Amino acid sequence: MKFIGFVIVCLTGGLLLYGTVDLPDWGDPASPASTHLSDYYIEHIVEQTQVPNLVTAVLADYRGYDTMFETAVVFCAGLACFLLLRDFRPKKDRYFRHVPTGVMLHFKNPDTRLVAGNEFEHMDKDWVPSDMIIKTVCRILIPFIQIYALYVVAHGDFSPGGGFQGGVIFGSSLILMAISYNLKTLVKRVTEKFLSIFAALGVLIYVGLGFLAMIMGGHFLDYGMLAPLLPSDPGHIRALGMLGVEIGVGIAVMAVMVIIYMNIVSEGRHDEGL
Amino acid sequence: MSDILALIVAKYNFWLYIILMMIGLYAMIAKNNLMKKLVGMNIFQTAIILFYVSIGYKHGATLPIIQGGHGGHSAHDVVIHAADYINPLPHVLMLTAIVVSVATFGVAMALCVRIYQRYQTLEEDELRMRVSERITHE
Repeated sequence: MKFIGFVIVCLTGGLLLYGTVDLPDWGDPASPASTHLSDYYIEHIVEQTQVPNLVTAVLADYRGYDTMFETAVVFCAGLACFLLLRDFRPKKDRYFRHVPTGVMLHFKNPDTRLVAGNEFEHMDKDWVPSDMIIKTVCRILIPFIQIYALYVVAHGDFSPGGGFQGGVIFGSSLILMAISYNLKTLVKRVTEKFLSIFAALGVLIYVGLGFLAMIMGGHFLDYGMLAPLLPSDPGHIRALGMLGVEIGVGIAVMAVMVIIYMNIVSEGRHDEGL
Repeated sequence: MSDILALIVAKYNFWLYIILMMIGLYAMIAKNNLMKKLVGMNIFQTAIILFYVSIGYKHGATLPIIQGGHGGHSAHDVVIHAADYINPLPHVLMLTAIVVSVATFGVAMALCVRIYQRYQTLEEDELRMRVSERITHE
């Protein structure tokens, strides 16, 4: 199998290398990819949309349908992870610690309940407490990472950034919290319900803006039709529409990243894990 | 010989991506462990992403963010030459492709977790053995 695979790979690679003869040179401004549509975008986007970042303008306006369904794909990935892995059955063996004394209790019967207020703390069997340096550094870093993520989303129209990037940065800050403390710390602050609602809300914002443009009398996702809703700044209405869409994308991506992470590391139980 | 060398130098970017793609493809075909196959798939996707981004590059051009386009009113006075900015279209396509690749990787990992929960292995040959054992038991 290894040999056949090697032969197939060499054959494919050889064919592709032979094909590079016809491809344009590296950085050639007259290459076919950089002549027809790209020139139109570069020359007309600023006057049509008032958005200097061409990538965001193409992403959220000219190719709005593509990005909308891309967001739907991300949402479906989160849904698939949830449906594949989520496990609501309680674990057989559970460990509790009495907080004031540090005594450990081992429950072998899953039906036993512990009703002694807050003195008992659920324990992970394999979990090792993180180092104090790691915890402190992450605690200081996380708010700054989150502010940076919000900046990347909000300035997506003017500087490198946008909904996908900002959403991933925000999600990674939450994942960093789960890694540096434990998964329960994250689940306590950011519940599964909250994440599920936000994942759906992000897609809803995107599709809702599209339908809003339709209700105002334009085509689906035609942000120019939203101008009567924001009378103070009619010139930038397309930029504002893109910002709204990017916020929706950012929320959906953030929530889905955390859902995927939480389900995979804890095998769907949301109690123990990294 | 010197012809081939000149060809490689002119198009070394494509050669690098094809080699990277071959590594990924080989891992997907020949590796026994499902996790390693997934890593191969990610290398393959990275090669495609680099290929697209390199297509958008132009000599002497800068990032596709219009300079002086932030003022609003003054934006109309600025003359924009298409040769000054790199092609934004491949960047847009790859931006969404990266996010989708992360999402598909997440789903693939979830499937791997389920397979491991059921068969206690991710090695393909052992997996095939255990699946056939299970079928004969039933």
